[in-house]
Amino acid sequence: MKRISRLAVDVLLYGFLIAISFYMILPFVWMLSSSLKPESEIFSIPPILFSKNMTLGAYITVIVDGNILRVLLNTFIIAAGATAARLFFCSLGGFGFAKYKFIGKGLLFGILVATLVVPFSVTLIPLFIIMSRIHWTNTFLPLIIPGAASAFGIFFMRQYISTINNELLDSARIDGASEFRIFLSIIVPIVAPGMTSLGLIFFMGAWNDFLWPLVILKKPELFTLPIAINQMIQSMIGRPVYSQQMAAAVLSIIPLLIIFLVFQRRFVEGITAGAIKG
Amino acid sequence: MNTIKLRKREAISTKTKRKEFWHEILRGRWPYTFISPFYILFLIFGAFPLVFSFILSFTSWKGTGPLIFNNFANYKLILRDKVFWQSMENGLILFFMYVPFQTLLACVLAVILNSKRVRGFKFFRTVIFMPYISSMIAAGFVFQLLFGSRNGLFNSILGLFSIPAIPWLDTMWGARVALCALIVWAWLGYNMVIILAGLQTISSELTEAAMIDGANPVQAFFLITIPLLQPVILFCVVTSTIGSFNLFGELMSLFHATGGEGPLNATITPLLSVFEQAFHNFKLGYASTQAYVYFILIFVVALLQLRLFNREID
Repeated sequence: MKRISRLAVDVLLYGFLIAISFYMILPFVWMLSSSLKPESEIFSIPPILFSKNMTLGAYITVIVDGNILRVLLNTFIIAAGATAARLFFCSLGGFGFAKYKFIGKGLLFGILVATLVVPFSVTLIPLFIIMSRIHWTNTFLPLIIPGAASAFGIFFMRQYISTINNELLDSARIDGASEFRIFLSIIVPIVAPGMTSLGLIFFMGAWNDFLWPLVILKKPELFTLPIAINQMIQSMIGRPVYSQQMAAAVLSIIPLLIIFLVFQRRFVEGITAGAIKG
Repeated sequence: MNTIKLRKREAISTKTKRKEFWHEILRGRWPYTFISPFYILFLIFGAFPLVFSFILSFTSWKGTGPLIFNNFANYKLILRDKVFWQSMENGLILFFMYVPFQTLLACVLAVILNSKRVRGFKFFRTVIFMPYISSMIAAGFVFQLLFGSRNGLFNSILGLFSIPAIPWLDTMWGARVALCALIVWAWLGYNMVIILAGLQTISSELTEAAMIDGANPVQAFFLITIPLLQPVILFCVVTSTIGSFNLFGELMSLFHATGGEGPLNATITPLLSVFEQAFHNFKLGYASTQAYVYFILIFVVALLQLRLFNREID
């Protein structure tokens, strides 16, 4: 009797997990499947998962006519630039807060944490006005510079760096190393795993960012992936070509999917550290 | 004579104090330099815009020409602005539609995956978390194909069982259900992973002890695990609340035919409303008013949530 109920619980648990997993995978599969179908079969009844007439036509159109490789390159430049700048300033700031005593430290840290509360909608309009006055619209600078030192990132790196032993730093000081030298040659190598976690989050955020690039980038040759896909679909209103839309969506997800699967452990660590320690 | 001496000593001590103060500041030149980028960038791109947008909220500025103050006209207008209040209401409705459900589901999944009972921990965690990496633009368009009223995947499956098609994206509540399906798809794994990390910080001894004392797993879950996880759950709830008022990309893709507003403004959010006032109607002043009113209201809601939960802990 007990055995049967154990089995029943197992079946229930696995059934539950598999059902949820199925729901999570379904949109990815449907995206891929629709991108490979000829347009006439997208809405066929009953639905077809993988068509006999599978074609890469949509991908070719999107890459050749849609200039998607250029868009991929733009997105990569912005995401990599923003990530590099943020990692540098966040670990530097985190080092400053974790390993020094100075006047006004508590107050300054309080201000830093308080800025986390301000929603983007409040600063969006003035920021846009500033950017257009200094002629930074239609450049990548607004997507990299204003967020170059994120409060969340400094908070995160401070936690990470405060676990480092002070004696290590003091012995370097006795050897005559400057403070910046200590940062570069002692701190950075030790916190490299933390920086990887944080960097993955920054990279993903910049890669998928939509609202701010939508406001800043108006020239098609500067578009990032989300903007380009949105633009493509807006321009197709009335005569949508779903296979091409889905091909572009697949192309936008694949790079992040690979990065995620390779660095999964670091990725998850970066996401949870802020929530649990904070 | 004595008083003079005393005064002199005082003068010297304040002098040395001041000297020490500057010495301290100078000694701190390295940490100040290290943390300065954040404060410099915040002054230019954070504090200044905050003040600027507050000033703008009292003007009828449209992007060019001088700032013309119209006193409280914007604030009077916002009280009667049905679309804005609809957007606040939508945030609240969405909150009740998916946040309790999503948080509970995330807790259940985390507890199941954390128990030694099921194998394939890594596989399930990866799969459930995976949607988080997708851009909301790409995701929104796929969900459009899934929930499409005519021939969407879900309606065609219903059709196989001769169930009439449901006009998901064309009715107010259908649109909200589809939106919640998208949000839960995208964020369930994120919440689950955070709760999992929280679970790993609490020892399993307490639940085991309760089970020995005769509690069943469901009782142990609600009476022991959930209360211990309170701070982590609070983080998830507050983040999701702010998130449901801040939807943007999801709306622009899922409801692109209506510019994200959804049928009869069923899914417009405060952020989308601000965006439209500013970048479609070019009412930069009024958009700033909306942004500020929204900022204050959401701040109060988040504080209330923190208070409410903290009281329960006591």
